[in-house]
Amino acid sequence: MPNLYKLMIDGHEVSAEGELTLIQVCEQAGVEIPRFCYHERLSIAGNCRMCLVEVVGAPKPVASCAMQVRDLRPGRDGSPPQVRTSGQLVEKARHGVMEFLLINHPLDCPICDQGGECDLQDQAMAYGIDFSRYIEPKRAVDDLDLGPLVETHMTRCISCTRCVRFTTEVAGITQMGQIGRGEDAEITSYLNSTLDSNLQGNIIDLCPVGALTSKPYAFVARPWELAKTETIDVMDALGSNIRVDTRGRDVMRILPRNHDGINQEWISDKTRFVWDGLACQRLDRPYVRRSRGLEAVDWDTALTAAASAISAGRKLSAIAGDLAPVEAAFALRQLIEANGGVCECRVDGAALARDNRSAYAGTARIEDVDAAKRIVLIGTNPRVEAPVLNARIRLAWLNGAEVGQFGDAEKLTYDCHALGSDIEGLRSYCESLTDESTSGMLVIVGQPALRQNGGDRILALALELARRGAGLLFLHSAAGRVGALDVGFSCDGGIEAALSGANVVFNLGADEIDIPDGPQVIYQGSHGDRGAHRADIILPSAAYTEESAIFVNTEGRPQLARRAAFPPGQARENWAIVRALSGVMNKPLKFDTLAQLRSTVFASVPHLERIDEVPVNELRPLPVRSGRNSPISSGSDSFYLSNAISRSSAVMAEMASLGNAKRQPERMAA
Amino acid sequence: MQRKFHSEQPESFEFSDGNLAWARKQLEKYPDGRQAAAIIPLLWRAQKQEGWLTRPAVEYVADMLGLAHIRAYEVASFYFMFQLRPVGSKAHIQICGTTCCMICGAEDLIDLCRRKISPKPHQVSPCGRFSWEEVECLGACANAPMVQIGSDYYEDLSPDDLSNIVDEFGRGRFPAPGSRRGRYSSEPEGGPTSLAVDNQKRPALAPAVALAMRTTNGGGES
Repeated sequence: MPNLYKLMIDGHEVSAEGELTLIQVCEQAGVEIPRFCYHERLSIAGNCRMCLVEVVGAPKPVASCAMQVRDLRPGRDGSPPQVRTSGQLVEKARHGVMEFLLINHPLDCPICDQGGECDLQDQAMAYGIDFSRYIEPKRAVDDLDLGPLVETHMTRCISCTRCVRFTTEVAGITQMGQIGRGEDAEITSYLNSTLDSNLQGNIIDLCPVGALTSKPYAFVARPWELAKTETIDVMDALGSNIRVDTRGRDVMRILPRNHDGINQEWISDKTRFVWDGLACQRLDRPYVRRSRGLEAVDWDTALTAAASAISAGRKLSAIAGDLAPVEAAFALRQLIEANGGVCECRVDGAALARDNRSAYAGTARIEDVDAAKRIVLIGTNPRVEAPVLNARIRLAWLNGAEVGQFGDAEKLTYDCHALGSDIEGLRSYCESLTDESTSGMLVIVGQPALRQNGGDRILALALELARRGAGLLFLHSAAGRVGALDVGFSCDGGIEAALSGANVVFNLGADEIDIPDGPQVIYQGSHGDRGAHRADIILPSAAYTEESAIFVNTEGRPQLARRAAFPPGQARENWAIVRALSGVMNKPLKFDTLAQLRSTVFASVPHLERIDEVPVNELRPLPVRSGRNSPISSGSDSFYLSNAISRSSAVMAEMASLGNAKRQPERMAA
Repeated sequence: MQRKFHSEQPESFEFSDGNLAWARKQLEKYPDGRQAAAIIPLLWRAQKQEGWLTRPAVEYVADMLGLAHIRAYEVASFYFMFQLRPVGSKAHIQICGTTCCMICGAEDLIDLCRRKISPKPHQVSPCGRFSWEEVECLGACANAPMVQIGSDYYEDLSPDDLSNIVDEFGRGRFPAPGSRRGRYSSEPEGGPTSLAVDNQKRPALAPAVALAMRTTNGGGES
């Protein structure tokens, strides 16, 4: 039981832990305190002074973000300390702070992208005064070039240093800082370097004014004209909670939502800036390949062609891509198996075990990273595969956790010592562990480790680590993978067995695979990417922002994505296309609506119904076979172009080419 | 005043052997993991070595302390005692312009510097030997007006006095610091009115002046 202190807030008695700050206690008590620099997930700066409150007996107002409860003194008669968050003194203090903040802030709200969702604007309305006494010239500050994602208008900066603290503490880069002093203090990046982080977009959200805004979103829309949809991201397998803002049919921007168990309140740059890819290269009508190449046709023609291909096929197989939702995978599996075909979702050949949830969804949760004392990365580079998880590992490291890796990941944002480089190293490490040494240990297995030769051995060794007491987390790279495995969209023998001898392949949005020449390919997907180029029949479908669907994230947590916009042209929802195809084949699936489909899914896979809950998976170890030793790889470091949507995005392409240009001199030096 | 790195920077920086040994000794003063606290003395030392604080010097010190470069730059740009632009090779004259000195004629000293050295502060004179700036109170108000050159105070100055001091530096000599109106230190003009007995036994030069004359020929203690 923590030591509770009593204090009075605006006359109401509250009990609070000593280490809480006044602003946190006030928040718990339901009293709103204005603030600019304070942020729950960053260190305390105490430099904006907007959160001043009155502590009875104190000589002057105190900054509530920096004052801890245990530092308050009781009244002379021993009564609990009194805090006042309104009244003459506090109001005067807020007026004064507001006036100082506005002295150098330009009056350009009408042309500022932050207008309408600006902390300074809102708080000036709520707590400021309605006139200005300032007639002297205002200062102006040169803008920075932080790269293609973050636009700067540094004259608007109020020096809250949130961006500096975020980049330093969470993103783990050391470019930003505040130089100079007094009136000349400015936020800058060292020698005007651009930011080298996959999380940089978050400083746009953190900035309480319009100093840091989104470059791709610049002058695109006003917040009040956007429809907001709370949904789930699929750019990595973390399942970050996002809010998609749309105007009409168009996605205008993507913002993070808070989810303590997954992404806290950060999202990666790919998640945030991929939205321009949702409007490019879209498949908006069905196509059928004829003598002159792909020809646009109507749905009837395309479905009839697909149906006859499936019926005529000797060996039918279906593969599901990285972004396939659970419902579509389930429906497609029913359709394919009714026609005697096989399904497979592990298109990259990852050695994930089917029918053993502990061997593809692990036994740990993302949240367990926070409390881990030792984190072991096996063949993964979280900085590339899931930057938000990487930030979480960094946080654990800052709090004292040790991080080690099997693999060759570079430029991680924390000290990561090498535990070994090959499978034999992993095996001897595994054998050296005792039950005590695995307490507080978390093993994170990446897909690069499972894709390579001996991936099955690495999987078995990882499960062995878990058997000895470590937590096990699989870091997937495909948002649809766990869900597809949950609904049994896999077969013995993996992708090779599924494709060998197949003469009809139903491709549900798999673009990261080269289907060999020979089979007839039916491609159902949203973007005209690699999969569509190989296709003989194209069925255009919705992207992740355009249909309601369940995605299961890397820790095995089912989440519900909602529709933010409608699919373009004649594209339809994924499950509906599969249902329609079954109708054309005269073998209709037993559902007509998404709700019916979902109840079928839930009946066969019950844990999917418990949205936002991580099921506990019983650990079922696999036998550790002997085999050839090979080094463990952590994969490439290409972050931006990992799926069809991001490959269609101009912003992602620009970031990727900038990254290549930056790496070039290093390669030449090496 | 905007304080950023100068546009022209040397290629590299390294502490001299003596300064490196000194810097290593400074680092030992701090508990393990807190070496970053030595940043101000080390930057100050680097400035003494070069005359001004160059970008390579800031980065060198940051690397020595295991700090990100921007962190050292933040410190260097915060404190006015760090010169981020080149200064005169012979002397950088810091004229106190705060109330007492201003009343007693600091503005005349500034005018002199404008004419004799450069029209604007922080500009190196055409000959490259001198530069000047106005600074806030240096705490020698009883001896106003005064200037600081290197580590030494030149006090009770008239424009002619300052002109002579600059000329002396220009000739490569080290003019004696201290009062230019014959005062021993900061006692009342015309001699002490109390504790006069002790004054009979005092050394010929005030301790600060004696130290300056003894240790260097221009540059103060090291």
